[in-house]
Amino acid sequence: MNILVIAELHEDSLRKSTHSAITFAKNVGAPFSILVLGSGADKAAQEAATFGAQKVLVADDASLKDPLAERYAPVVAQVAKAGNFDVVVVTASSYGKDIAPRVAAKLGAGYATDISGVKNDGGKLTFKRPVYAGNAFGYCEVQTPVKVVSVRQSEFAAAEPSGGASPVEKVALPAADPAAARVEFVSLEAAKSERPDLGEAKVIVSGGRALKERFAEVLDPLANLLGAAVGASRAACDAGYAPPELQVGQTGRVVAPQLYFAIGISGAIQHLAGMKGSKNIVAINKDPEAPIFQVADYGLVQDLFTAVPELITELKK
Amino acid sequence: MKVLVPLKRVSDPDNANKIKIAGGKIDTTGLEWKPNPFDEYAVETALRLTENGTNPKQRLGEVVVVTFGPKETEMTLRAALATGADRAIRIDAKDEDLDGDLVARALKALVEKEKPDLVLAGKQAVDGDSNQVGQLLAEYLGWPQATFAGTIKSEDDKSLVVGREIDGGTLNVRVTLPAVVTVDLRIVAPKSVTSKHTPATHNYADGVRFAALMAIMAAKKKPLAEVKLADLTTDTALKIKYSAFEPPAARKAGVKVKTVAELVQKLKTEAKVL
Ligand SMILES: Cc1cc2nc3c(=O)[nH]c(=O)nc-3n(C[C@H](O)[C@H](O)[C@H](O)COP(=O)(O)OP(=O)(O)OC[C@H]3O[C@@H](n4cnc5c(N)ncnc54)[C@H](O)[C@@H]3O)c2cc1C
Repeated sequence: MNILVIAELHEDSLRKSTHSAITFAKNVGAPFSILVLGSGADKAAQEAATFGAQKVLVADDASLKDPLAERYAPVVAQVAKAGNFDVVVVTASSYGKDIAPRVAAKLGAGYATDISGVKNDGGKLTFKRPVYAGNAFGYCEVQTPVKVVSVRQSEFAAAEPSGGASPVEKVALPAADPAAARVEFVSLEAAKSERPDLGEAKVIVSGGRALKERFAEVLDPLANLLGAAVGASRAACDAGYAPPELQVGQTGRVVAPQLYFAIGISGAIQHLAGMKGSKNIVAINKDPEAPIFQVADYGLVQDLFTAVPELITELKK
Repeated sequence: MKVLVPLKRVSDPDNANKIKIAGGKIDTTGLEWKPNPFDEYAVETALRLTENGTNPKQRLGEVVVVTFGPKETEMTLRAALATGADRAIRIDAKDEDLDGDLVARALKALVEKEKPDLVLAGKQAVDGDSNQVGQLLAEYLGWPQATFAGTIKSEDDKSLVVGREIDGGTLNVRVTLPAVVTVDLRIVAPKSVTSKHTPATHNYADGVRFAALMAIMAAKKKPLAEVKLADLTTDTALKIKYSAFEPPAARKAGVKVKTVAELVQKLKTEAKVL
């Protein structure tokens, strides 16, 4: 078996999400190579070469400056074919979820999304994945010889560099896909934040609709104090109290920090689906019946507008 | 503009706590069926793109909804027709005989017959949570895609500017039609969809529109065709097969603390996370 890990880049370095896909490959226990795509990808390729991959394959081209599936998928598919890879893996970020299905379609492969576990039984791979907003887990097999999967960052700890230097090889680019000519990058409105990324944060302070317009005013000081990322429920995002990229849940980010504060969040299943994997959950809610208390390790029934400032004072002691 | 919207019925996610697993299978008996919320948003988006929002009764394009399922899934289609969709197609099939890839391949054949300018799909169905049909379909058709749309601006009938909600913000792309767009939650906010027909000042109500009783009656007369899966694709092999299901591990019961001081003390000494 031979695994191809698709790297995800941020500017000129690897995103942490890539490290999770590498861990998946290591868990399967098969040799793997890493494909780095981008424009000016040398630095990322050098970085990728320190994880014990057989090879680092690099597709470096101006046409790959922006991560558009119509441009990336043909390259991934060609590399997967040329190298006879059996499994193509990417992390289930918005990047991975956008590209992976197109790769699968090109390869005639089955694609399993959001894998949270893998078992290798003498070469037969069984994937575990959440369904029904995490209310059940399914065990599935991909029936095609080549398999494409996206893996949950929260379930595959970031791989650490294992030293050494894998050989780095440039790959030839396939002819452009006709679809690529019909999509144009317009702009990226990147969320500006000094805070850790939700997928990587050890502590997350998450707020719900209850915070109203005071979302940032109340939560930021706590997040600053804890060096935490800020998250939000869908209701808080929809109401405009928090930007959409902060949404945690079934259809937002899936997180698994050491410590998750759910503040003024009711605990709808769609929210739980994104944060139930957190090691320790603290819920602050004035309603003692709020469903969030069913998953919280520590529940505090109190008005958040008094509890959060008190918490800050107490932590500073 | 002609828009095709695939629509799936799912067991009500708000009933999902009651999901039963019996003999390694998901047992949906007794659960209520609902349209997949993302697909409902796609229908709403399609309606907004094919009307003048100030006069929504007059259709300025065509919205065709399609589902895969047994006879009773026609209810889901009728509900979409009642909110304004023009025509419906049911592809006769059973859920357990389908996976995302087969659905995408069958839709490809349907698209080749129907020739829509745009396929608007939900980004995922909230039962399988597989998030792939739109992207697969786009690739099978050789069309561009814009996934996880939070905003759509139709400049004309030839291209759309789509604000894609990605992990780190919003990525705006322009796609030339025909294309596949998959929608995210906030696509139904009052100003998320700006069609060339609707005055820029118009604000939609937040969310999807409801069908009036009259419209529900009228929808009974709207065309609803049945197509056999085999007429769209002869290769009906599934690419993904499930061998078992299990409930998630239960979290151990937590404790309620009485004060902030007690909370901090527990986080420090018991959980040791501070
Ligand atoms: C298709 C679909 C996908 C979805 N995806 C997601 C998702 O990814 N993530 C997500 O979060 N949701 C998602 N949802 C929405 C989800 O169902 C809930 O509506 C949402 O999580 C509720 O957010 P909330 O808890 O902030 O708001 P509410 O339900 O309004 O709860 C607010 C809570 O705050 C408490 N409160 C109020 N005032 C105070 C106060 N002063 N002090 C302390 N507590 C207070 C209340 O008791 C209540 O429990 C999805 C829904 C659908 C249909």
